[in-house]
Amino acid sequence: MTHPLIRLRGMAKHYGEGATRVDALRAVDMDIHAGSVVGLLGPSGSGKSTLLNLIGAITDPSGGHMILDGETVYDGRWLRRDLRRLRLEKIGFIFQFHNLMPFLSARENVEVVLDLAGWPAAKRRERAQSLLDYLQVGDKAQAKPAQLSGGQAQRIAIARALANNPRIILADEPTAALDSERAAIVMDLLRKVAADQGAAVVVVTHDDKIMNRLDVIHRLREGVLQSPEERT
Amino acid sequence: MNLALRDIRHRAGRFVLTAVGLSLLLGVVMSMIGIYRGLVDDALALARAPAAELWVVEGGTRGPFAEASRIPRDTRAAIARLDGVAAAGAVTYQSLQVSVDGRPLRLFVVGHELDRPGGPTAIADGRAIERSHFELVVDRRTGLKLGERLRLGTDTFTVVGRTKGQVDSAGNAVAYMTLSDAQKLQFTLEGAAARNQAARGESPNRQQVNAVVARVKPGHDPDELAQSVRRWKHLAALSQDQQESLLLTSVVEKARRQIGLFTAVLLAVSTVIIALIIYTMTMDKMREIATLKLIGAPDRTIAGLILQQSLALGGLAFVTGTTLVTLAAGVFPRRVLILPADVAALSLVVLTICVVASLFGVRYALRVDPARALGG
Ligand SMILES: Nc1ncnc2c1ncn2[C@@H]1O[C@H](COP(=O)(O)OP(=O)(O)OP(=O)(O)O)[C@@H](O)[C@H]1O
Ligand SMILES: [Mg+2]
Repeated sequence: MTHPLIRLRGMAKHYGEGATRVDALRAVDMDIHAGSVVGLLGPSGSGKSTLLNLIGAITDPSGGHMILDGETVYDGRWLRRDLRRLRLEKIGFIFQFHNLMPFLSARENVEVVLDLAGWPAAKRRERAQSLLDYLQVGDKAQAKPAQLSGGQAQRIAIARALANNPRIILADEPTAALDSERAAIVMDLLRKVAADQGAAVVVVTHDDKIMNRLDVIHRLREGVLQSPEERT
Repeated sequence: MNLALRDIRHRAGRFVLTAVGLSLLLGVVMSMIGIYRGLVDDALALARAPAAELWVVEGGTRGPFAEASRIPRDTRAAIARLDGVAAAGAVTYQSLQVSVDGRPLRLFVVGHELDRPGGPTAIADGRAIERSHFELVVDRRTGLKLGERLRLGTDTFTVVGRTKGQVDSAGNAVAYMTLSDAQKLQFTLEGAAARNQAARGESPNRQQVNAVVARVKPGHDPDELAQSVRRWKHLAALSQDQQESLLLTSVVEKARRQIGLFTAVLLAVSTVIIALIIYTMTMDKMREIATLKLIGAPDRTIAGLILQQSLALGGLAFVTGTTLVTLAAGVFPRRVLILPADVAALSLVVLTICVVASLFGVRYALRVDPARALGG
């Protein structure tokens, strides 16, 4: 078996101290391989978002060990000083609400990431357009987010997440704001991305409609990861 | 890819409206400075009009503009005889109010001797006074036309020439007439009390003038001449340079401080307003800023976005404001002098203000937690 793209060992996170201490995650071990779409499930408050944010280097862990795409990034402390650079290089984020810049066109929203990564303008435009085409929203390149439907906007957001070729894609309830048909389309796209680009896609969800589109399901209960269920 | 510009374009209407509002404020600042420059220029114009190099006034005074000065008329002959004096002329100054077609007009009347220093050196249209009686050269600011007749005291005067931009330090237009006309006018207007006094020989007003102005022969130093005039105890003397700096310190100084203070307050208000606008614009973009951080934008991108918007706002407002004031300068009752150096200086001040004002927004933006981009 290949090395996992994401490897977590003993990852823990608690908020507050003493009487107010909340253990959001307790010693989570997890391996996620390239090409798989993984679901994080669990009741509200079980620590799903917290776990996703630890992997995304958005929240500081309280302890543990984390390898992302072959690089040990956390070992009791961050081994990278510039976490934003780490996110830019390795991780694509998809949000519950698309979080597109309202003042940029669909294509410019994708280009932002490439601009941050230092791509020259012409190549940037070309790459953004081809991503939009890939996600079947190429004709919406010039539209502002306000002129897009929820499903279209979410596809633009996926294009943005893919722009810099990250191997890890994190999505926190990406389908919560979509109807079941559009949710299915988005999930199929994420499956296609995982397969085409050899990426690992981690999806936090409450959404029963999309269960059949997950390769592996991890369940969290009060910050403890249950053993994974492989799906066929 | 410039995010600041795209965000501005996205809400162009709101941005332009804000900039126009701010431009009025900066326009007021610019016009305050312009008014001060106009004030200085006006004050100096009056002192420069006779193209004199030496001012002889009453001993112990710093006349004739900063303080009242009265000296005997025959002082002029004594000054003219001094070695080094090329020409000398006696002058009187008085303010009076007349009525032209029913509207009041305040004039600053300069009486001068024909063919001697004291009269206007630059006539904008018409001619200089040639006859010894009842001719006037007025400033265009009076609105009087060439050939127009004006009743002053007991006599009727005819406007024969006009000057441009000559007013006293209160902004009243200047009118030139001959010294004898001016003295008669003064005598008439001072009323019965003064006339009785004069009849008793106590104050021979008609033999007094306010100053004697002189031009100096080449190779002679006005300051040295002033020194020798001061040996006459009843006289004081100032070179043209001294007269001008005196005018600036005494007559214009208060206005300068007043306007300076007002300008400083307006600039402080502008800073607060820009800071508030930028802060609000930044708060409105909180989610976008969090998202940018989340997808990996460094602090300099975020800070640049806010600073550029602040500069764009200030820049647009400054250009609009300065243009408006330049176009409207003629409408002001007092002269508004827009000097390129002042425009340049104010633009630097506005630049600084924008940077300072953006700091609050930048501080807010840099503190935004990227996790705020997540969830609802
Ligand atoms: N910033 C925070 N400060 C304090 N406690 C927090 C913070 N964020 C999360 N928690 C707590 O950590 C626990 C896990 O929260 P988390 O957001 O990961 O839950 P979740 O599984 O994503 O829930 P949901 O399905 O409602 O989104 C909860 O008890 C929550 O109250
Ligand atoms: Mg959550």
